[in-house]
Amino acid sequence: MSGSALVALRGVGKRYATGTVAVQGVDLTIAEGEFLALLGPSGCGKSTLLRMIAGLDTATAGTIGWPRSGHDARGEPARDIGFVFQEPTLMPWASALANVALPLSLAGVATREAEARAAQALGNVGLAGFERAFPRALSGGMKMRVSIARALVTRPRLLLMDEPFAALDEITRHRLNNDLLALWERERFTAIFVTHSTFESVYLAQRIIVMAARPGRVAAEIAVNAGYPRGEIYRTSAEYAGHCRAVSERLGEAMAA
Amino acid sequence: MSQISASEKAEAAALAEPTERAVLGLTPSMWLRILAPAILGLIFLGAWEVLVRVREIPPYILPGPLAIGRALAADWASLAVSLWVTLQITFAALVMAAVLGLVLAVLFAQSRVIELSLYPYAVILQVTPIVAIAPLIIIWVDDIRVALLICAWIVAFFPVLSNTTLGLNSCDRNLEDLFRLYRANRWQVLWRLRLPTAMPYFLAGLRISGGLALIGAIVAEFVAGTGGTASGLAYRILEAGYQLQIPRMFAALVLVSGTGIVIFVALSLVSHLLLRRWHESAVERRR
Repeated sequence: MSGSALVALRGVGKRYATGTVAVQGVDLTIAEGEFLALLGPSGCGKSTLLRMIAGLDTATAGTIGWPRSGHDARGEPARDIGFVFQEPTLMPWASALANVALPLSLAGVATREAEARAAQALGNVGLAGFERAFPRALSGGMKMRVSIARALVTRPRLLLMDEPFAALDEITRHRLNNDLLALWERERFTAIFVTHSTFESVYLAQRIIVMAARPGRVAAEIAVNAGYPRGEIYRTSAEYAGHCRAVSERLGEAMAA
Repeated sequence: MSQISASEKAEAAALAEPTERAVLGLTPSMWLRILAPAILGLIFLGAWEVLVRVREIPPYILPGPLAIGRALAADWASLAVSLWVTLQITFAALVMAAVLGLVLAVLFAQSRVIELSLYPYAVILQVTPIVAIAPLIIIWVDDIRVALLICAWIVAFFPVLSNTTLGLNSCDRNLEDLFRLYRANRWQVLWRLRLPTAMPYFLAGLRISGGLALIGAIVAEFVAGTGGTASGLAYRILEAGYQLQIPRMFAALVLVSGTGIVIFVALSLVSHLLLRRWHESAVERRR
């Protein structure tokens, strides 16, 4: 962990035109290669924070800096990110392969190369052989795998995930958690994972940012000093249970405050 | 990442597999769809024929199905010419409705100013009864067939326009964000996101427009009342009515209805073929 800073948030806030303050005064530095979880109840602004980092929403206060990145033609930071939404968000009219190839083809990569790289990305998430399948023929977990493959096909430095497994059953979620960690250990992208599950955050992340609501703010920061790879042994260990208890307490304090 | 589990694969296979066994190339539910209305139709025609014969209704009041069939066969030469005239106007109007409706909808989607300026006039055109403005158009336009085409187009274009506009504005918000994230340009968003999203809406509009183009063409022909060899089915209906050739009138009516049915079935088929791989409307429900 603790490489150089990839993204640095200073006093970041978001106030909507209605006057609602969704996020207030967030200071946060995300290190290159780390796995960070944003944990909090609904309405705590964790998704808004993620969208501001992605550039999908603009911060109304503070700055979001990319210390090591240049700027693109429009003067915006060259973000180099992948984004996984809460829903798979696939184009229903396109095959799994075409869905995964989308970021490449939008960037002007030739079809043949885009499809070759997309096929490889599908293989990486365990979906080799499903290139021609349409989204409606895939199960919920498989659709989410396609969505992850699409986010990773450009080999981004930063992978942003907004409660990606919240709608899946627990068995599928465990399997996807394991597979996500395996991918992260192999490719070492930086990951920010938004969740409302204490257990999921402790299982995945090296560092957990606990957020509180009204206004959305950082309430606590907890390091999870367990090594990787993590698997079922970790999930059933006293260490894991201890971390879960500590994080739950912080979350409880944050919600009571 | 590990391979996905066997149970997940089986689930995907079950989702992809057809659920019914085919008989003579058609599934039982498709047979039901064909046979049920066909049998009902035969019962209805039989009852009609019996009623006409038993009550001895004269053919100039109500001809039986057999008399209509005979008239259709006897007058086929002149009726076929008229059918061809009506078909040409209908199809030209439908193609114009599809193309102009689609182009206008795309323009609306690209510019709010254009949409706000033009949409009210499209609505006015739609709500004004075609019977009322057809005489004006026929007076203003020298070529009668162009006048008929304009009338049919006015009736037919609105469903395509309004449905496609709705479809272009119905994109998945997350997909829009995704395109923004990858810095897609306007053209890419239109071509790769908004048009595919609008496709089912456009096709539904087109199915309505198909029937309306025919109705528009017939109504305009009624108003125009053109004689001679180059007149459509509506004129044959009028002419037969004046001459009390009621079986011939019914025969022309049968051709009009048949044309409408063929247009609807053809457009439904096109819609099904284009959407069957992905859209819920074109997919057989699983049981």
